[in-house]
Amino acid sequence: MGLTKIDLEKIYRLMIKARVLETRLIKMSKSDDGYFWIGGPGEEAFNVPLGLLIQKGEGLDYDYCHFHYRASACLLAMGSPMIDSIRQMANRSSDPFSGGRNFVSHYAIKEWNIMPVTSPIEVQYVMAPGTAWAQKKHNANGITIVTGGDAGTAEGDFASCLQWSSRPNMELPILIIVTNNHYGISTPFDQVHGDSVIAKRAESFGIKWSTVNGNDPIASYKKLEEAMNYVRSEKKPFCLEAYVSRLHGHSSSSGGNRVENEIDCIEEFEGILIKEQILSEKDCVELKETYEKEALDALKQVREEPFPLADTVFQHIYKETK
Amino acid sequence: MASIAQAIRMALHKAETQLGVEDIFGEDVGPPLGGVFTCTQGLTKSWNTPLDERGIIGMAIGLAMAGQKPVAEIQFCDYIFNTIDLLKLAGNTCWSSHGQFPLQMVIMSPVGTGIHGSIYHSHSFESMATHIPGLKVVLPSNPLDTYGLLISAVKDPNPVLFLYPKALIRVQGSEKIPGEPLDPKELSSRIDAPIENRKSWSPDWPMLEEHEVEIGKASLLRKGSSLTVISYARTLPLCVQAADQLKTQGHSIEVIDLRTLIPWDESLVYKSVQKTGRVLIVNEDTEVTNFGEHLLRKINEHCFYFLQTPPKLLAGVNTPGIGLAWTLEQSQVPQLQSIQEHMKNLCELSA
Ligand SMILES: Cc1ncc(C[n+]2csc(CCOP(=O)(O)OP(=O)(O)O)c2C)c(N)n1
Repeated sequence: MGLTKIDLEKIYRLMIKARVLETRLIKMSKSDDGYFWIGGPGEEAFNVPLGLLIQKGEGLDYDYCHFHYRASACLLAMGSPMIDSIRQMANRSSDPFSGGRNFVSHYAIKEWNIMPVTSPIEVQYVMAPGTAWAQKKHNANGITIVTGGDAGTAEGDFASCLQWSSRPNMELPILIIVTNNHYGISTPFDQVHGDSVIAKRAESFGIKWSTVNGNDPIASYKKLEEAMNYVRSEKKPFCLEAYVSRLHGHSSSSGGNRVENEIDCIEEFEGILIKEQILSEKDCVELKETYEKEALDALKQVREEPFPLADTVFQHIYKETK
Repeated sequence: MASIAQAIRMALHKAETQLGVEDIFGEDVGPPLGGVFTCTQGLTKSWNTPLDERGIIGMAIGLAMAGQKPVAEIQFCDYIFNTIDLLKLAGNTCWSSHGQFPLQMVIMSPVGTGIHGSIYHSHSFESMATHIPGLKVVLPSNPLDTYGLLISAVKDPNPVLFLYPKALIRVQGSEKIPGEPLDPKELSSRIDAPIENRKSWSPDWPMLEEHEVEIGKASLLRKGSSLTVISYARTLPLCVQAADQLKTQGHSIEVIDLRTLIPWDESLVYKSVQKTGRVLIVNEDTEVTNFGEHLLRKINEHCFYFLQTPPKLLAGVNTPGIGLAWTLEQSQVPQLQSIQEHMKNLCELSA
């Protein structure tokens, strides 16, 4: 299957790490340590492979990432430390993404081409063609990757993305991803959508597309690798829809509690790894405990860090000139 | 002398050849048309987009995120409204990312009445635009300032909304852009695309000298001692005309072209109002929550004890649109006569 035992173990480790982080963030939202929570528990099997496959760096020769707010597992796979998400959750001035200004999971990392995650749904899909066009013009090595949910694809911005990515002779090197968890906040997808396969919309723009079981990390890795290789070598768009789970509801606004009846990609993958004797049950438990300790230690440290000073609100309205 | 359309073209020519602009785009902006108002004719980096305003602003933001310096056009500001949340994002991305992502980008769009544009080719947008923190907003009223402000906008590391008054697009300036040919016929023959055989045509750009207008600096067009008039865009030349006429009747009126709304030139305005003690603000946006009301509030706070008469705003009436019939349009936005009457009344009002 192309992935070595070491790769599988690494993917599993990152999946666990992401889940532990999200669980800690949810706890914080239910305590005095933070306010609103939104994130990606349930999407680890898709997001870890995505993070691992991204060419990380700054500028046109690296991949531009226009992420949805459920990308924590991508970020960890790319090497972002847990503590940074905890800092953002705790709205401390040490939050490297927004300096205590924005919700958790609203990443922004200039040195890694992580474009600021936005709250307005779907706007990343109209901005992504901009970075992709810059890459196309300069015949750069990087590609553009954009992710978002299923409900948001009803916005015109999703159609705009397909439209602008497929202009004749100006096709863009862009991987257009939809992580389909079958819900908006509470509205089921098929209650308000006449079409069933979102990625198929790409077909009428002449864009290649596919779907994948986003609960299967091996299938996700393979499919992502294929899609990215295509976008990189052909410099053309590809649309990929991944079916994922939403294990703690939409956000803390709907309680953030663990839901029933959704596949848990970690439980499934763990079962396979144990069966294949790649890991033992004990390994899994220990791994989880290690990350839990890391998250808790990070929280303890963050609690000691200061909030941003009130008068800093006037910083960065415009580019600061030194 | 150049028109505003020609000044925009010449500024963008400089932008694409010397200032690192690689993309000038919008609906019908590229060849063969070069913009519905011809503002982008003859440029080499101009291209046509799909008819999708959100796509246009999104493209500009994405390019700016990648460190490019895009210049995007929204064909009429009447069609910019569905992009407001993207303009919000253009304005807040630097702040939300704690300074990581300043967006160097220019969005151009023509505004206002004056071409019998009826409901959807007459809107003003500046008051709404000034409600989007993080953007800079400029609105020149003559070709020289158009050139200088557009150069500054392109060089600015922040998002700049460059609005320009439709009614004045073809009006020749009274001041020369340094280096432009004096004879308007010569300029036209060199940079206006011919109606036919456009494919083989290319412009012969004049060599212009450096000229920039600093964003945030107003221009004092008439000096006076008894009234300060603050305006911009279409109504500005009318204010100048009215002041000149009233001068013959013995009224000494100071006229300020604000030119840039965000940031605006507070010190010039306060100095003038503190000297004259009377102030009239003129623009054509609808009067409720009008940018002029912000100016009035600040003037009240900074010049209250200098004021001899109530400060006044003359603006567009608060109707859902501008009517097509000239009788309607003329009554809805300030015209020479109403401006002159307001000026005269204020001058003659006893302190
Ligand atoms: C433009 C916009 N409309 C509404 C909202 C409120 N809202 C936040 S998340 C959400 C549902 C999004 O569903 P989907 O696109 O499927 O993404 P998911 O959260 O399921 O990953 C809504 C309606 C918003 N943030 N932005």
